[in-house]
Amino acid sequence: MIQILFMFFAAVALGAAINVLAQKHVLYSSLSLIVLLTSISALFVLLQAEFLAVINVIVYAGAIMVLFVFVIMLLNLPADEERVDRLRWLKLIGIPMGLFLLFMVGRTVWNVEGSATTPELPGTAQAIGASLFTDYILPFELTSLLILIALMGAVVFAKKDL
Amino acid sequence: MIPLNWYLILAAALFLLGMLGFFLKRNIISLLLSVEIMLNAVNLTFVAFSSRNGQISGQIFVFFVLVVAAAEAAVGLALVIAMFRNRETLNVDRSNLLKW
Amino acid sequence: MIEYFSSRDFLILAAKMIAIFGGVMTALAYTTLVERRLMAFVQMRPGPNRVGPFGLLQPLADGLKFLLKEQTVPGNANVFLYYLAPIVSMIPALLSFSVIPFGPDLKIADTNVSLLFIFAITSLGVYGIVLGGWSSNSKYPLMGAMRASAQMLSYELSLTLSVVGVLMIANTLSLNSIVLSQQGTWFGFIPRWNIFIQPVGFLVYILSGIAETNRLPFDLAESEQELVAGWHTEYSGMKFAMFFLAEYANMVTVSALATIMFLGGWNGPMFGPWWLQMGLPTVWFVLKISGFLFVYMLIRATIPRIRYDQLMRFGWKILLPIALANIVITSFLVAIS
Repeated sequence: MIQILFMFFAAVALGAAINVLAQKHVLYSSLSLIVLLTSISALFVLLQAEFLAVINVIVYAGAIMVLFVFVIMLLNLPADEERVDRLRWLKLIGIPMGLFLLFMVGRTVWNVEGSATTPELPGTAQAIGASLFTDYILPFELTSLLILIALMGAVVFAKKDL
Repeated sequence: MIPLNWYLILAAALFLLGMLGFFLKRNIISLLLSVEIMLNAVNLTFVAFSSRNGQISGQIFVFFVLVVAAAEAAVGLALVIAMFRNRETLNVDRSNLLKW
Repeated sequence: MIEYFSSRDFLILAAKMIAIFGGVMTALAYTTLVERRLMAFVQMRPGPNRVGPFGLLQPLADGLKFLLKEQTVPGNANVFLYYLAPIVSMIPALLSFSVIPFGPDLKIADTNVSLLFIFAITSLGVYGIVLGGWSSNSKYPLMGAMRASAQMLSYELSLTLSVVGVLMIANTLSLNSIVLSQQGTWFGFIPRWNIFIQPVGFLVYILSGIAETNRLPFDLAESEQELVAGWHTEYSGMKFAMFFLAEYANMVTVSALATIMFLGGWNGPMFGPWWLQMGLPTVWFVLKISGFLFVYMLIRATIPRIRYDQLMRFGWKILLPIALANIVITSFLVAIS
């Protein structure tokens, strides 16, 4: 049963990722990315990390992608204007090279043993919170500083008179 | 049970798709989306290993990756708005004033 | 796998799903009727009372009308997104009911992150509005959609932060455990509800919930006096019915969460024989939700709309600091006790 779920969500994830690259209009790419994010959240649930799955949906699919969709709609972007022909040989060589790289990585990774889930990992909010606020408190505070810097940067860059 | 290498192969495939998109696309927003695909693939690898080893630090790191992705998306989109206001196009090949 | 689908557990689960889904859909249909009658009584007119006795068959007539209307698509509209938007609006609205406990046994799923699951699902509901407004290719829906998405995104923050106080007291994210932690009484007669311990959190949650579901006084996105009908101007027939039902389902979800977290969920005085006691928790739950819906509709009928800049200022500069202060004070009190 779990295999069927994994196959389904993996197929949806790969299909959505290919769709992100294949669409001409960037709004459809963003919508495919939202599908990708929800299927990755489903894979997180299969890996017993349900808190992270829900956080993924709230933060990524519910906030960051809304920002993307907002910008695309407000800028009223057209579809990609020209099909530049000098990209064609780049794609003709690039995609087989990418597949070759995937084959090499896959051959190395294939020897990793063991099942993906161990039963003693909680993955709940208590476990993550306990570790986040004791062992990793310094990176946590630094990320809040990072968000503040990003906030200031975004406000400055989007002003009319730079 | 699902063996771990299935998750790693899936994450590698997603990462490579994001990388291909980053190299082959010309629209700035498509580049940002490809970066997001790569970050998600990395998240999947972290969570898979965290679930395999029974340690929570993999999931903690995913938190930080999520925060960095949010910050980068915000600043990147602000740059997109600034660039679109100046040039009326989102093709990165057109922003080549600093080239030799 | 086949033996799971024909086992007794799955059949009971399927029966619960059918019962909850059927009950929710019927309740949504009759909520529209109650709203119209209530607003009519506030405005000193009778409201729809022709179709059945007291207008009880009005939702049926409305449903038939929606089904039989002509399906139009505005010219130059993005057809794929135009058809996708009501679906994207409806699915999260109905999915939230899968984790809400209607009784001690009447729940479909009980994960240990149920509360965050509902917040995640409602934050996906923004896309229905944004896509619907943009794909209609007309200026009123676009303005309504932009306003609605900015408003929903801003008030999601204070919505999520206002329940952190309850989480710290109940020490769990699972909705069933939150309901169970409010059983019993203090001094024998005051029920152990969270509203007495977290009044500020309750107020912030209710205000953010009204803003989140785009209801008056926060419904600038679909204000009938300014933008013809906001983001669903160009929608008619069954697609409009899906938007409509999604809005009411969101209202019911917000009310259900408010009762679970602050008013004790399905807890209530138990009396009577065993067959009455099996259904009594659900009755208490439905009564409390109805109270909230009543307040929602009364607010809609009486209070004027606030302006967009006042709305954003209220969300960011007033509600968000109050929610944060609530978290700080509650954590302090929880730590010292």
